[in-house]
Amino acid sequence: MARTLFAKIWDAHRVASLPGGADLIAIDRVFLHERTGAAALARMAEMSRALRDPARVFAVMDHIVDTRPGRGDGTLMKGGEGFITETRAACKAAGITLFDVNDERQGIVHVISPEQGIVLPGVTLVAPDSHTCTQGAFGALAWGIGSSEAEHAMVTGTLRMERPRTMRVEFTGDVPAGVTAKDMVLALIAAHGAGGGAGHVVEFAGKAVRALDMEARMTLCNMATEFSAMTGIIAPDAKTFEYLAGRPFAPADFTAPYWQELVSDQDAAFDAAITMDASQLAPMVSWGTSPEHTIPITATVPQGPARAHDYIGLPAGVLLAGTPLNAAFIGSCTNSRISDLRRAAAILKGRRISPAIQKALVVPGSMAVKRQAEAEGLDTVFKEAGFEWRMSGCSLCFYAGGEGFPEGSRAISSTNRNFEGRQGPGIRTHIASPETVAASALAGAIADPRDYAR
Amino acid sequence: MSAFPQPLTGMAAPLLRDNVDTDTIIPSREMRSTGRTGLADGMFAPWRYSDADTRSENPDFVLNQPEYRGSAILAAGSNFGCGSSREHAVWALAEYGIKAIIATSFAPIFRSNCIRNFILPITLDRAVVEALAGHEVTIDLAALALTCGDQGYPFTLEVEAHEMLTHGLDAIDLTLQQAAAIDAWTLADRAARPWVYDLTRPAPTPQQEPARP
Repeated sequence: MARTLFAKIWDAHRVASLPGGADLIAIDRVFLHERTGAAALARMAEMSRALRDPARVFAVMDHIVDTRPGRGDGTLMKGGEGFITETRAACKAAGITLFDVNDERQGIVHVISPEQGIVLPGVTLVAPDSHTCTQGAFGALAWGIGSSEAEHAMVTGTLRMERPRTMRVEFTGDVPAGVTAKDMVLALIAAHGAGGGAGHVVEFAGKAVRALDMEARMTLCNMATEFSAMTGIIAPDAKTFEYLAGRPFAPADFTAPYWQELVSDQDAAFDAAITMDASQLAPMVSWGTSPEHTIPITATVPQGPARAHDYIGLPAGVLLAGTPLNAAFIGSCTNSRISDLRRAAAILKGRRISPAIQKALVVPGSMAVKRQAEAEGLDTVFKEAGFEWRMSGCSLCFYAGGEGFPEGSRAISSTNRNFEGRQGPGIRTHIASPETVAASALAGAIADPRDYAR
Repeated sequence: MSAFPQPLTGMAAPLLRDNVDTDTIIPSREMRSTGRTGLADGMFAPWRYSDADTRSENPDFVLNQPEYRGSAILAAGSNFGCGSSREHAVWALAEYGIKAIIATSFAPIFRSNCIRNFILPITLDRAVVEALAGHEVTIDLAALALTCGDQGYPFTLEVEAHEMLTHGLDAIDLTLQQAAAIDAWTLADRAARPWVYDLTRPAPTPQQEPARP
């Protein structure tokens, strides 16, 4: 019988069918970070429970690490150092491979996992982090879980799971210039709601998805969680295998027939299907406090929940473009890879951001991305344009109580969440692609990146 | 952790917004230790306090109103608990005393975290949730039914989640009973997919960046 890629991976990992109807699913990889992983390790120690296979568990310091140059364990967030030192001690005690604060491989978990070849097509990978779906770009079944589930996965090598439904999201056509994977996924969420993928594993497919490079595919899958999907997944192809081959934890090559079978069969049935015409998309910017509150940059703010209009300070009917800004952020697991930085730098090169922008940060997704960007001179472009150039980490994708934007800021951000207070109390966030952030920082107001293209 | 109270009667505190996210339920800045406790005070901090630093209360927030203060039941909108996977959101709710959340839908990671911590997630139609909100309800977990006044509303729950909440079962203990099956599966899989297991483990690299003086 024809099966989806999801079904092939799920069935291959089913250890047992449980009496209540759930399945016991084998977990190939667990990735932890200092913010939520330490809680899982602490509980395991308290319960005297051992890891089943420490070699398949990894950890990184990314969420609350200082991103200023010359960093150590100290954090701008009060008490943050405890998360770092406790995570380090717990990883050492458990025998977990840790990418520590000043390890040259350090970076945001979903950026370094592919860089290191930890995620692979066909594996199950979980992390106590909602954006684990990013890694579905490699044809893995990768999803975010809570700390208790992380503990369960580490102790038993499995999770007890209800089988999700499947959804195929096809992007047809060719993406126009100035439109990116970020705009594609924002358009999907805007059209079908922040709950649109609930209960489903979403397979992204179609010509416009095939055309994306691996980094853009990660951006697309990254926001499956903002669609309320269990995860997103993209069938691996030559680009996937080329990206991963020979990475430190990956096989040297992917020539065996096994890898070619990791696709949805031609006639595989999905429980739901959505088609989006990529050729009709424009750069997207959020106007409100949920990722579903997103519109094309040329559009006017629609009528939404009163609370969202109140918080963001924009009434229905106004044009989003031209809204004055005073902060800009390029980074996060959504958009902090080298291709993201290259595209933003191409817009910024030889230009200065508006004096209205009081704080502008570029935070590379990994130290490897940072080194590559520096080798290409991108750091100079950003600094000359007026951006700060940081060490890698999650940084101001969320406010942890340390570093923040100036009080009352309206920020344009290449991140994934525009929730009330996400980037700090009272901070108003507009999420967009890195090039839209760059163009808007130049303008000092929400701006169309196509107007700044070279 | 105790099992779910049987039956549970209380006021369903109305929080009928859609897309209530875990950043709002427990902001990152309120997660001050790697433990699971000490979180109730920071629960809903951005809405509950007019000043999160001084903890001066916002009288408009539902759980600050006399009839709902200390409620064990929330009535919520769609996609409740979206956003960050932080289980701290559920630990904060549990520590505050929330036992059940009635919503039109839940975000998946949050819902799973609820079950692991014995908070009952009940999904009902919007019209029903709106009718219940602000009223006393009685939840009968055994019967998978809820009553409000003279109206009864059945709800569904996966068999396993039902068992776990009823008996306060620990998922890890349950799964460890399957150890033989897991071992057998792993042995076979190791032969089929050796690359999953035979990880080359590069030595940690030296520190690359100088510390600030």
